[in-house]
Amino acid sequence: MRMSTSDEALALAAAQGDGGAFSTLLSRHYDRVFAFAFRLTGHRAEAEDLTQDICAALPAKLRSFQGTARFTTWLYRVTVNAAHDRRRRAATHARAAEGWGDWEVARQAEIADQSAANDWLAQAMQALPTDLRDTVALVLGEDLTQAQAAEVLGISEGTIAWRMSQVKKHLRALHQKEEQA
Amino acid sequence: MTDELDHLKSALRATPAPDASTKAAHLELAQKSFAALQENTSDTRQTNKRRTSGAGLIEGVGKMLNMLTARTALATTSGLVAVGLAVVVVLPQMDGPEPMRFGTPVSVTEPPIIVEELSSPLLENTAPAPEITADMRLASPPAAKAERQGISVTGAPELGIIAGANAPTTFHTDMDVQFADAPPNTESFANEPASPLKVVADYPVSTFSIDVDTASYAVVRQSLMAGHLPPAQAVRIEEMVNYFPYTYPAPDGEAPFQPTVTVTGTPWNADTQLVHIALQGALPEIDTRPPLNLVFLIDTSGSMNQPNKLPLLKQSFRLMLAELRPADQVSIVTYAGSAGQVLAPTRAEDRATIMAALDNLAAGGSTAGQAGLQQAYAVAEDMADEGDVTRVILATDGDFNVGIHDPEALKTFIADKRDTGTYLSVLGFGRGNLDDATMQALAQNGNGQAAYIDTLGEARKVLVDQLTGALFPIANDVKVQVEFNPATVAEYRLIGYETRALRREDFNNDKVDAGEIGAGHAVTAIYEVTPAGSPAALNDPLRYRAQEAESGPADELGFLRLRYKAPGDDTSQLIETPIPLQTAAKSEAQFATAIAGFGQLLRGSVYTGDWSYSDAIALANAAKGDDPFGYRAEAITLMRLADSLSR
Repeated sequence: MRMSTSDEALALAAAQGDGGAFSTLLSRHYDRVFAFAFRLTGHRAEAEDLTQDICAALPAKLRSFQGTARFTTWLYRVTVNAAHDRRRRAATHARAAEGWGDWEVARQAEIADQSAANDWLAQAMQALPTDLRDTVALVLGEDLTQAQAAEVLGISEGTIAWRMSQVKKHLRALHQKEEQA
Repeated sequence: MTDELDHLKSALRATPAPDASTKAAHLELAQKSFAALQENTSDTRQTNKRRTSGAGLIEGVGKMLNMLTARTALATTSGLVAVGLAVVVVLPQMDGPEPMRFGTPVSVTEPPIIVEELSSPLLENTAPAPEITADMRLASPPAAKAERQGISVTGAPELGIIAGANAPTTFHTDMDVQFADAPPNTESFANEPASPLKVVADYPVSTFSIDVDTASYAVVRQSLMAGHLPPAQAVRIEEMVNYFPYTYPAPDGEAPFQPTVTVTGTPWNADTQLVHIALQGALPEIDTRPPLNLVFLIDTSGSMNQPNKLPLLKQSFRLMLAELRPADQVSIVTYAGSAGQVLAPTRAEDRATIMAALDNLAAGGSTAGQAGLQQAYAVAEDMADEGDVTRVILATDGDFNVGIHDPEALKTFIADKRDTGTYLSVLGFGRGNLDDATMQALAQNGNGQAAYIDTLGEARKVLVDQLTGALFPIANDVKVQVEFNPATVAEYRLIGYETRALRREDFNNDKVDAGEIGAGHAVTAIYEVTPAGSPAALNDPLRYRAQEAESGPADELGFLRLRYKAPGDDTSQLIETPIPLQTAAKSEAQFATAIAGFGQLLRGSVYTGDWSYSDAIALANAAKGDDPFGYRAEAITLMRLADSLSR
């Protein structure tokens, strides 16, 4: 019957140490988190790693869930922040890798090229700066309203609208490039 | 919406399903992480029990419903079921302290949401998960359990992930409120390994600062009274020895204190001797003492709300108030919890006002204590008149969130204020969170005493019987240096004072801070020395060093040098006296020896041989002397307790 309990109630019970509530909550939302992680990263292995990070940290994170926001909104935000952290770590890693010499950088670039499979989605997402990518993943991928996306990202609705217009510009530019090619 | 966006949207919606085994591993990782978190938080575990019973109820109802309803019927009746369930679940929660924390009441008021939640998986074709989980939940509980067991088997080989569960990746969430896990016991004690045996030929000089703290003895007593041996780290032998008043010869001349040296046999080793150095502080005319300005800086964090903390503190201060003169002034500043000055400087004769302010102190509240320490010192400086003695008395159970977070900055701040004439004493209350190390550091830097108050009796000793000593310094920066005579002493070791060791050159450096002696304080230090040629020597002579005949007077064990500053002075004065080969045994020194031996037994010293608690008891009993306050009798009781507990 746990399925009829709201996410928020389960989350609060889990934060209080209810293992059953936690298990139910996570199994209810695991696929959503994974799908969103995939939309954020565009890469299965990355998405899996990101989901793993979230699974490991979620019990501790849950303790700060106040029940004031919808659980899904809160979870999206946790995921976006975890993705940011992974990107930051990856950037640090890349900087550290530079020290090893040019061949390593070249090798990393080659790996990156391979992983960015040559399909339109990957190209489109690659073309977007990370903040726009997050916004797109929420608005188009998760079908959130601009207000909901704004709540997740902690920015104003106007910023979301502006970002979406930026996305359009980027996509149009990409489209023109394709036409020319 | 433009074509591009539609295109991107449809591309984005076509995400792959998660890999089943990866998902299983992740879910197991999360469960492990969850379990690890519960283990780390005892209070949550208690809550967990309560929740688990609630969960059991829900599962039980689920089981029942599964037996009663078919899957399709369940979907249509879910709204109704949810209402019924909510009532069942809420009832046991009524007794709990936080009935609103469990969110089920939401279902009572808004059953439609639940129906929506239930049906949403069927509508949302992009996220396949809810369908799966719905299936799992609709399956009978034993089947779901079996599935979970299967998951744990497949996930088990992922050792790396499991290890990761213990240190969950941390990432920031803007919504997050900082949540500090409270470990069950956060006591920390300041101590060093026991001073090692030194060879006189290599290290002829031993230097240390005196210590008049007594906190360690009270902590030891509290542990033993609670039925367990104290942690070895909590035992500082010099503080145990100095806990007791001794009737050493008092100074009769100009000097603020009188050194007395006693050399006797060692009870735990027939072939060594104990050099017992006692300093007795002068007791100035109490009637002519200058007015006192006291600022109580009181921790009112929630943890102080226990009978042996804030209430004991209030009682203690009431006792102390009776000892103050009409002209003395008292002010109270609180921090952590309710913050700020709660009593403006008030003359001690206005007892009613001070008592009322004390009574109104309450622990708890959420206001962060801001700059409590700075405020206390500011108040103290306002109160100070020429010739007054001004002191801040910090009372806490270990929360040193006094407004300065950097420990070094805190020490510097207190040391600066000390130099301007405002001293700091620290009173510790309660166990469990006691930050003994910080207490020590603050009191040392503030020219004050660190005392631990566990009973009203101890409060009486610290704040009433020894009020004058605790509050009126008669000599600052008292340093002791002993130079041993290699002609008569082969080896030596200092018993206790590990945390007070000074470098040899610091002795003559007046910039280096050291301990203070208050009016009437007695300070004792004990060396165990191995005479030259004694069979007890543990170090053999070196083969490759020329053996010169040691030149030194054959009738001296060593030479004692003491340095101190009169209060307010910047330059130190020197007292020197030779240490004779042997003196008559005195019962005061014998009692100090018994306590030093007791402390070494508690620390598990390697030097005491087969000397036992019963030997310590016999020695202490023989040297108990007058004991007007019963402190020594209490110490013997503690020795008996330790004897029983150590078996």
